[in-house]
Amino acid sequence: MSTADATIDRHRPEGPDGGKAREAFRAVTRDVAWVAEAPKPHKAWLAALGVSSIMFAIGLYSIYVLVTTGIGVWGNSNTVCWAWDITNFVWWIGIGHAGTLISAVLYLTRQTWRVSINRSAEAMTIFAVMCAGLFPLLHTGRPWFAWWMIPHPNDMQMWPQFRSPLMWDVFAVTTYMLTSILFWYMGMVPDLATFRDRCAAKGDKLRAIIYGSLSLGWRGSARQWHRYERAYLILAGLATPLVFSVHSVVSFDFATSQLPGWHTTIFPPYFVAGAIFSGFAMVFTLLIPARHLFNLKHIIKDEHVEAACKIMLATGMMVGLAYATEFFIAWYSGNLFEGFAFINRAFGPFWWAYFLMVSCNVLVPQAFWFKRVRRTPIVIFVLCLLINVGMWFERFVIIATSLARSFLPAQWSYYTPTRYDVGLFVGTLGLFFTLFLLFFRYAPVIAISEVKGAMPEAHAGKRH
Amino acid sequence: MTDEHTHGPGADEHGAMGTLHDDGGRAVRTGRLYGVLAEYDTPGELMEAARKVRDAGYTQFDCYSPFPVHGIDEAMGIKRTILPLLIFGGGCTGTIGGLLLQWWCNAYNWPWNISGKPAWSIPANVPIAFESTILIAVFTSFFGMWILNKLPQVWHPFFRNERFNHVTDDAFLLGIEARDRRFDAEATPRLLSDAGALSVDNVYLDPDRASRQMPKWITAFIVASTAFALIPFAIAAKARTSRSTEPHFHIFPDMDFQPKYKSDQPMDMFEDGRANRGELAGTVARGSLNADDLFYRGLENGAWTTGFPRQLEINEQLIRRGKGRFEIYCTPCHGYDGRGMGAVPQRVAATGGAWQARNLVDASNPVVINMPNGQLFNTISNGYNTMMGYAAQIPHADRWAIVLYVRALQRSQNASLDDIPPDHRSGIQMPEAPTP
Repeated sequence: MSTADATIDRHRPEGPDGGKAREAFRAVTRDVAWVAEAPKPHKAWLAALGVSSIMFAIGLYSIYVLVTTGIGVWGNSNTVCWAWDITNFVWWIGIGHAGTLISAVLYLTRQTWRVSINRSAEAMTIFAVMCAGLFPLLHTGRPWFAWWMIPHPNDMQMWPQFRSPLMWDVFAVTTYMLTSILFWYMGMVPDLATFRDRCAAKGDKLRAIIYGSLSLGWRGSARQWHRYERAYLILAGLATPLVFSVHSVVSFDFATSQLPGWHTTIFPPYFVAGAIFSGFAMVFTLLIPARHLFNLKHIIKDEHVEAACKIMLATGMMVGLAYATEFFIAWYSGNLFEGFAFINRAFGPFWWAYFLMVSCNVLVPQAFWFKRVRRTPIVIFVLCLLINVGMWFERFVIIATSLARSFLPAQWSYYTPTRYDVGLFVGTLGLFFTLFLLFFRYAPVIAISEVKGAMPEAHAGKRH
Repeated sequence: MTDEHTHGPGADEHGAMGTLHDDGGRAVRTGRLYGVLAEYDTPGELMEAARKVRDAGYTQFDCYSPFPVHGIDEAMGIKRTILPLLIFGGGCTGTIGGLLLQWWCNAYNWPWNISGKPAWSIPANVPIAFESTILIAVFTSFFGMWILNKLPQVWHPFFRNERFNHVTDDAFLLGIEARDRRFDAEATPRLLSDAGALSVDNVYLDPDRASRQMPKWITAFIVASTAFALIPFAIAAKARTSRSTEPHFHIFPDMDFQPKYKSDQPMDMFEDGRANRGELAGTVARGSLNADDLFYRGLENGAWTTGFPRQLEINEQLIRRGKGRFEIYCTPCHGYDGRGMGAVPQRVAATGGAWQARNLVDASNPVVINMPNGQLFNTISNGYNTMMGYAAQIPHADRWAIVLYVRALQRSQNASLDDIPPDHRSGIQMPEAPTP
């Protein structure tokens, strides 16, 4: 019995709409919630978690050796002073950007197809930024002094140097991290409330308390929704310039230096386009297996994947245009050093990395011109993997080729990673996938309330 | 189709937070009436009902839905939230705060000259001002939204209603609170019902006041964790205002502590408990024999030598070497001319004192001029009166070079025209006779 006094109850199975709308909404809730509610995790999920945990453990060991020994365990040298660490930093940050783009930019442009993928893309952003942040932190050599970068009155009478692009990085990445977490969490609250109510109804008290605490007592009240939607819209509006600023600032690390191959004004837009490109590739590297595994193909539809393929095609060509422009400017400027830097990039000691980058980033996405490719998940998955590889090499090429051949031939050298470089990179991949797998199992992976709001049934019973 | 709202046993015993209200199947009704809750089939019907309720003059009511129903704000007459204004204020605070922070740190409190660039130049400060704008605006939107929505509030009377727990799934509900001026136990449910409600329920407050309050253990936990969180700050505050003889507490020792012994440190391994080992009787440290009395001590047959050791070739190069060493080590007190008025005595004079170093070239009181070379060497090595010994700073050969230069200085400072070779004399203007 309800604790309330049922004064009137003519609970008809069929309302004016025959209860069809409610049935449809229930189906969405059920289809998303089952992933978290399944008593036993999927075998493939367990296997993936096992692999990613081992990778993460390798990373932890590499960090242990690094911190207790010093960054000499890396392959970095006096000449190639930024290497895998900064490559990985830029790569991970770039991957994160697709999440914000999907959740914020596509929200502002009213692309309703985003609702099926925005939650997992936002989660990906946060995990990617976590991985990214590790690299500059560890590259400082003594990460326990990282708090010196936070301006605070101290006995050393020392303030951060705010005119340094590296400080801009600290502020940009921190702001980005906090904004992404708040945006993600805020979007998740109504869905956590859904989980709370389902757990409470089933009598799963522990989960009800956990989800209940996380959902802050969300009631779905129209007055609350009103402010919530306002805040969400404004957050999206704030996150959009933020995402562009973050990768622009990251590119300033290079562009404000005077090294040929780095010192160029094209970097901010070029980096942002690359970030979106690689981020989309990573989203679908994760989602194509996940939607298969968790039976979400009717929510993350083929059309959504196809739309993303088109975005990858567009951003891939932007990146290709940037490569071409760099070469053109190197020639057109008549600057000897600039010209050398780019000829060296393509035909120097790292030629193999350069051609790997061009093939993966410019040639591979051309396959997306074909509708059959855009509709074949397994092909898209492979192409996305290749794009991830290509974008990693883009950052590596920019960093390593420019540093290895700077102004003084006496300083020229080559870069070879050590096992700790590799170990840390593998470790961040492990961390990323571990967090993502945990998220996929325990959190609302699809924005349930947003999917419902985007359904035609959301307008059921309205007078027109 | 199935009706999700079947009232199976046990299904309705839980509030949102799993609070039990039921006492063995009987509904608890002894509490005050909180309000009525009506369920509608579709978002559209909910909106129409909301419009009717609003038109009937109710103000203390709200609609509940699994997603934001578009158009319901207008139907309910919800005023636009002031949140955007607050966020704008937050953003402005971020911009100004970001600029002020950078100006205060880098241009005012600690201006730092980097390649002569201005300490305060707006373009370099734009990125951080931009990021702080976004950050504060984001914080304002996030926290402002929850504060205006009066969340977190984990307890609400409507959570006691079983239907209400479907509001995050598929239910569209409208609740009117009993405290509304127009609320009527008869008319209000009828209004909702006439608007097409599937059901209308009365919702009562739990008679037990404790169920409406935060459980004591949560309050205790918050108080305790807040208190614990303050401990580090308290320790830091105490450390700043008090003195301690204990060494610093090193969280990360860096290379401050290395596995090695320094002199005068205790060490268990030896009987005397000291880390440094003294010289053993009858032994001489490698390279420290210094058997040559003439070279190392300036003695010849037990008396100060008047010559120079055989190891040194007396030439202009050695004099120049001596000049260089003299100007580094001796001139601060003895002056470049050796008359004892170097920078230090000048400073003493300037501060009103009267002290001067030994005049090395004084012909009227030729103490130093008459000293044997060996004694001069010994004075440089071991000091004299207030002068300390320079054995630790100046190698033996350089000390001899200084002796040689002092000799040259004594000669030059007391020179006559006869000392100058005849072919160099033309054009030399002799000063007045040197003052004694």
